[in-house]
Amino acid sequence: MGKKKELRVSAIQNGTVIDHIPAERLFKVISILNLDKCENLITFGTNLGSNRFGKKAIVKVADKFFEEKDLDKIALVAPEARFNIIRDYDVVEKREVSIPEEIVGIAKCFNPKCITNNEHITTRFSLLVSGDIALKCHYCEKITTKDHLEIL
Amino acid sequence: MKNRSLVSINDFTKEEILQIVDRAAMFEAKPNQDLLKDKVIASLFFEPSTRTRLSFETAIRRLGGRIIGFSDASSSSTTKGETLKDTIKMVSNYADMIVMRHPLEGSARYASEQSSVPIINAGDGANQHPTQTLLDLYSIKKTQGTLENLNVFMVGDLKYGRTVHSLLQAMSHFNPVFNFISPDELKMPDEYKLWLDSKGIPFYEHSEFTDIISRADILYMTRVQQERFADPLEYEKVKNVYVLRNSMLKNTKDNLRILHPLPRVNEISTDVDENPKAYYFQQAENGVYARMAIIASILGLA
Repeated sequence: MGKKKELRVSAIQNGTVIDHIPAERLFKVISILNLDKCENLITFGTNLGSNRFGKKAIVKVADKFFEEKDLDKIALVAPEARFNIIRDYDVVEKREVSIPEEIVGIAKCFNPKCITNNEHITTRFSLLVSGDIALKCHYCEKITTKDHLEIL
Repeated sequence: MKNRSLVSINDFTKEEILQIVDRAAMFEAKPNQDLLKDKVIASLFFEPSTRTRLSFETAIRRLGGRIIGFSDASSSSTTKGETLKDTIKMVSNYADMIVMRHPLEGSARYASEQSSVPIINAGDGANQHPTQTLLDLYSIKKTQGTLENLNVFMVGDLKYGRTVHSLLQAMSHFNPVFNFISPDELKMPDEYKLWLDSKGIPFYEHSEFTDIISRADILYMTRVQQERFADPLEYEKVKNVYVLRNSMLKNTKDNLRILHPLPRVNEISTDVDENPKAYYFQQAENGVYARMAIIASILGLA
């Protein structure tokens, strides 16, 4: 039986393909990157089979290239995601995401009594090295865990 | 330390902590000095805290300094909607140092980033209160002769009590053993226990307040606050379990001293007050000397 590779989400000529998004995080990724307000051609597929994790999602955004800051944001919700840069139907660059040690202006502190939730202040966290994602607020010193994480 | 803000007890190294403690003893020996003669210190209390404010103001006046400021937010421009940033920017142009108490957590760190003069955190919400910790350390050193190798018992609200968290972090420089006595609802949070584990510091947890205190060098009492309990019945159940009575001190060590950050409600029975092991009122007095040492060190005057 021949292996026929069929694209479930049609190819783009130029732009970015975001691959290896856990399926349940797809809409989070879309909202973080403001794709719901983006006018470009966007196609996506979800609940696709994945070898790495049960079900994955993929997003293809034509004629758009993301900034480092966007990748950092995505790292917090989909650390396995891959940003593939497409030019003339070819993948010219594969960028993995990684959570920076200092997270500036990306996440919201979960503590309602934190000064950052009460005045106009850029949030700052340090990444705690433990199993799950946990961010320690530079200001109130409280720890925002994955379950309470909100991306700005 | 000179010109550095004191926001969190973790901002000071072991050596710096010891330096403050030694200087506090020097100020206690000679409390009236003119070190702050040409200085203006701002005392900004965005929420009332009479005890802490009077302690700071006494320290400043004994050193000959002058004070500007306010004792609660209603008499500041915060009521007009001024941001903390603007208040700090303005005051740091007037004063040589700012002592600040604020109800929001992280406000002191933020103020230290906006200010051109050093900030001393006099409490930022439930977060940090480092001058309390330094006066606790001074009290421990003064009564035990050392900070090393002590068995420290902490009793009461260990979950929300910022004083016990900061004291735990500061004491961890000095090879302690900790015993935690609290109701299940108010146990020491995991993050502090994990942190102690990572430093190899032994600790034991108990839910009953019994004769295990016979091993204690320091008994640090805290208030169990009703507002911490979702169910008022739960509070009623525990509120009288963690009360220290004079009779419980019978078999304790001679060097044991009882500390409490005050105010106390009913967690230390008044019959303890006459016991020579009761130390909480002297502890409050030590706060003035500790704060003199902190102010002088930060202004580079001692």
